[in-house]
Amino acid sequence: MKKAEKILADHKLVKTPTGIQGFDEITDGGLPAGRPTLVCGGAGCGKTLFGMEFLVRGATQFNEPGVFMSFEETIDELIKNVSSLGFDLEELVRNKKMVLEHVHVERSEIEETGEYDLEALFIRLGYAIDSTGAKRVVLDTIESLFAGLPNQLILRAELRRLFRWLKEKGVTAIITGERGNETLTRQGLEEYVSDCVIMLDHRVTEQNSTRRLRVVKYRGSIHGTNEYPFLINEDGFSILPVTSLGLNHTVSNERISSGIPALDKMLEGKGFYRGSTVLISGTAGVGKTSIAAHFAVAACKRGERVLYFCFEESPNQLKRNMRSIGIDLEPWVQKGLLQFQATRPTFYGLEMHLAVTHQAVNDFKPKVVILDPINTFVVGDKEFEVKTMLMRIVDFLKMNQITALFTSLTASGSALEHSDTSISSLIDTWLLLRDIELNGERNRGMYVLKSRGMANSNQIREFVLTNHGVELREVYIGSSGVLTGSARIAHEALENAEVLTRKQDIERKKREIERKRKTLEAKIISLYADFDSEEAEALKMIQTEQDTIKRHEQDKVEMAESRNPETEIKQTNYKRNFKNPIL
Amino acid sequence: MKAKKENSDVKIKKEKSTKSAKDAWVLRLYVAGQTPRALAAFTNLKKICEEQLNGKYSIEVIDLMENPQLANEFQIVALPTLIRKLPVPVRKIIGDLSDTERVLLGLDLQAVN
Repeated sequence: MKKAEKILADHKLVKTPTGIQGFDEITDGGLPAGRPTLVCGGAGCGKTLFGMEFLVRGATQFNEPGVFMSFEETIDELIKNVSSLGFDLEELVRNKKMVLEHVHVERSEIEETGEYDLEALFIRLGYAIDSTGAKRVVLDTIESLFAGLPNQLILRAELRRLFRWLKEKGVTAIITGERGNETLTRQGLEEYVSDCVIMLDHRVTEQNSTRRLRVVKYRGSIHGTNEYPFLINEDGFSILPVTSLGLNHTVSNERISSGIPALDKMLEGKGFYRGSTVLISGTAGVGKTSIAAHFAVAACKRGERVLYFCFEESPNQLKRNMRSIGIDLEPWVQKGLLQFQATRPTFYGLEMHLAVTHQAVNDFKPKVVILDPINTFVVGDKEFEVKTMLMRIVDFLKMNQITALFTSLTASGSALEHSDTSISSLIDTWLLLRDIELNGERNRGMYVLKSRGMANSNQIREFVLTNHGVELREVYIGSSGVLTGSARIAHEALENAEVLTRKQDIERKKREIERKRKTLEAKIISLYADFDSEEAEALKMIQTEQDTIKRHEQDKVEMAESRNPETEIKQTNYKRNFKNPIL
Repeated sequence: MKAKKENSDVKIKKEKSTKSAKDAWVLRLYVAGQTPRALAAFTNLKKICEEQLNGKYSIEVIDLMENPQLANEFQIVALPTLIRKLPVPVRKIIGDLSDTERVLLGLDLQAVN
């Protein structure tokens, strides 16, 4: 194993970074250094631009001068065409960072007389490379030589020689080629350039065109094999290396409020996790957007940036509608904390949407992203594609610790959970809004279908849209389930009445007890009084009795004294014996 | 190497000797080094000119090996290339000029019988 690793390290293919957004990630480092790469594709798919950006980035970011040999566009045209992407070719040419060379072969001007070769092309290219020390070369599109020069045998032999010569020169080259009917390129250039082949594609499905890039072949290197959507905008190419994302993003334990206190209470009283994905689904008109707006405002109040993608309403309409429930979004827009991105889902293809989302997120750097609603993407049987796209968006947002809130419209008549099952596995917190039809009324109910990593309430809560926002009401559970609307109000009234009677009962009982206590106390007092008088009488009697006894004794003593004074001793004895039992 | 120099000297002399005429043909032959093909082209061209143009011509030979920057002016891709600078319009003939008829056609000359 070690030996194999060493060999791998020694002979590892050296790569030239292109500097093109996302491309180096797909190819694990860029194009094979010192070798030619074939970039093929149909008309208008961005071949020239790909080559041009490769050179411009090389010159500006990696200090590698380049040569652009154009077989189609003139130098002036080239300069003009790419200036819209912010590339100043004239400046680069002036600083000897780039050579622009236009090779033009006009069939009608040329007469073939015998043997020839393309040495002049080699010389021109060689001169251009040597005069700047170029490391990068783009030949765009060399196939047009086939139109100018009639002798194909010579041409093919010369092309083979050219590509070999480029390799010997050690320059990293891009050769562009128009796509053929059955071959990658019209003239079979892939025969000569076989180290790395990149295919650009511009496809229209259901009226939406999407640019895609695929690495068909890359000798000696691992590379992503998928078709990657890409975007050409004012910053040049932008390829989305979506599958390079893994499931290893960091997670946050921070909790952020949903903007609705009662909803936070349903989620352990703290709200959502930062960086989690929240889905609000429900039928039409249940208030999905209102909840999203609450969340947006709550984030803005925390000073966080919010990017709001509205796919069905215009920002102004949304703002007006939200004002009617007491949510004013305008100040946050003016503060630069809230940004709207309004595009029709049908405006681009899915990949383009993805690309635009990426771009907008990268530019605005929000903490919260709202997509309202996501299921408008589903047109026809594109559920799988939509899922992949959403998965990519979710992955991308999670990587950046951005909390995402999606709303999803459930078609009435289908099971509430149904239309979202395709993405449910991606969702961390799923709030389901439903309308509850009861007693000729349609009321809104909300419950937390799932919420990963927290103990959430299992209640179905009624919520109402008031002129100061969304409010969740207390739960009333009747015989037929949760009571809502007027049934709830009636129940509430009933309960209030019951409480009143009960209160009155208690009052009455309290009064009665009080009365009883008072009676009891009165009785006790009178008994005490009786007892006191009886006691006093008894004591009095005892006193009288004692007095009588004393008197008797005294009488006896006096009598004895008066009879015989000698009997003193007897008298004391008698006294002792007599007194004791009494006391 | 010496042979090359002599050759080019000869060419330049020839140019000078024929420049006097007003309706002279100005031809330019692009080559890269003294390859057999280049030499053949030069020989063929000289032969045709002698036969057809009656001395009213000048031939300038440009070796792109020495002056690569000169290839841009007339969009030279193939070698050897013969450019008819005068009379206008400019014409371009590629190859070793071995096919005389095509060369005449390319130069817009009627073959003198």
